[in-house]
Amino acid sequence: MDLKLDHHSKDGIEIVDVEGEIDVYTAPRLRELLIELVNNRFYQLVVNMEKVEFLDSTGLGVLVGGLKRVRAHDGSLDLVCTQERILKIFRITGLTKVFGIHDTVDEAIAARRAEK
Amino acid sequence: MATVELSFTALPAHVRTARLVATAVARRSGVDESLLDEVRLAVGEACSRAVEGHQLYCPAEPVRLALTDLAGRFEVEVTDNLSGGPAGIAGPQGIADGHDEAVLPAGLGIAVIESLADDVQISATPDGTSIRMSWPSAGASR
Repeated sequence: MDLKLDHHSKDGIEIVDVEGEIDVYTAPRLRELLIELVNNRFYQLVVNMEKVEFLDSTGLGVLVGGLKRVRAHDGSLDLVCTQERILKIFRITGLTKVFGIHDTVDEAIAARRAEK
Repeated sequence: MATVELSFTALPAHVRTARLVATAVARRSGVDESLLDEVRLAVGEACSRAVEGHQLYCPAEPVRLALTDLAGRFEVEVTDNLSGGPAGIAGPQGIADGHDEAVLPAGLGIAVIESLADDVQISATPDGTSIRMSWPSAGASR
């Protein structure tokens, strides 16, 4: 399974759907997409990782890089993930404290709205 | 002698192959299903680190992966040609996202490996670095 990327707007937030494996080979494509979105002035992002089958530290680097970019514009990057095997690497690296991690896209959007 | 040995060109595309082979051999060696995700991630981290280092310093040299079914242990060894200096243990640089300075600290991949495998040994070899890690297995087959 390679990496599939898609994105759409919902309630003024850009939802990025990621499917497959995020590793040293595929992570550059996710990075390019996040950069493109920020360049197009999408600063409120939710990355839906429910269909991600594998994530390594290269992928984490891309997500943290994306977070830095949107924050430079007072934006946000939240994650949707309930899979234990993916959550594990966020826990190991302490990044659960850095990202808002939600169970569903709607929950991520609601949490973002509540903060405004 | 290792049960399965793999030598691959230091390209990111081959890291996935290395993960798949390692996971398949681990399963056959009787590593519990619940540990296979850890094997997959740890092997991926070790191979990514080696590939990224080789691309910077010695792109023509292959990365080596040895998978051994020992009695009751499944052992993985990833060997690179990154001898000495900053490229040695922590990896050549922090994990950059390609456009910025490093966004995550150098050596994060190693930290991940250390928290996944219960026995990790990192050592210098005559030509570079070796990362050895192992998991319990049923030692089912060779």
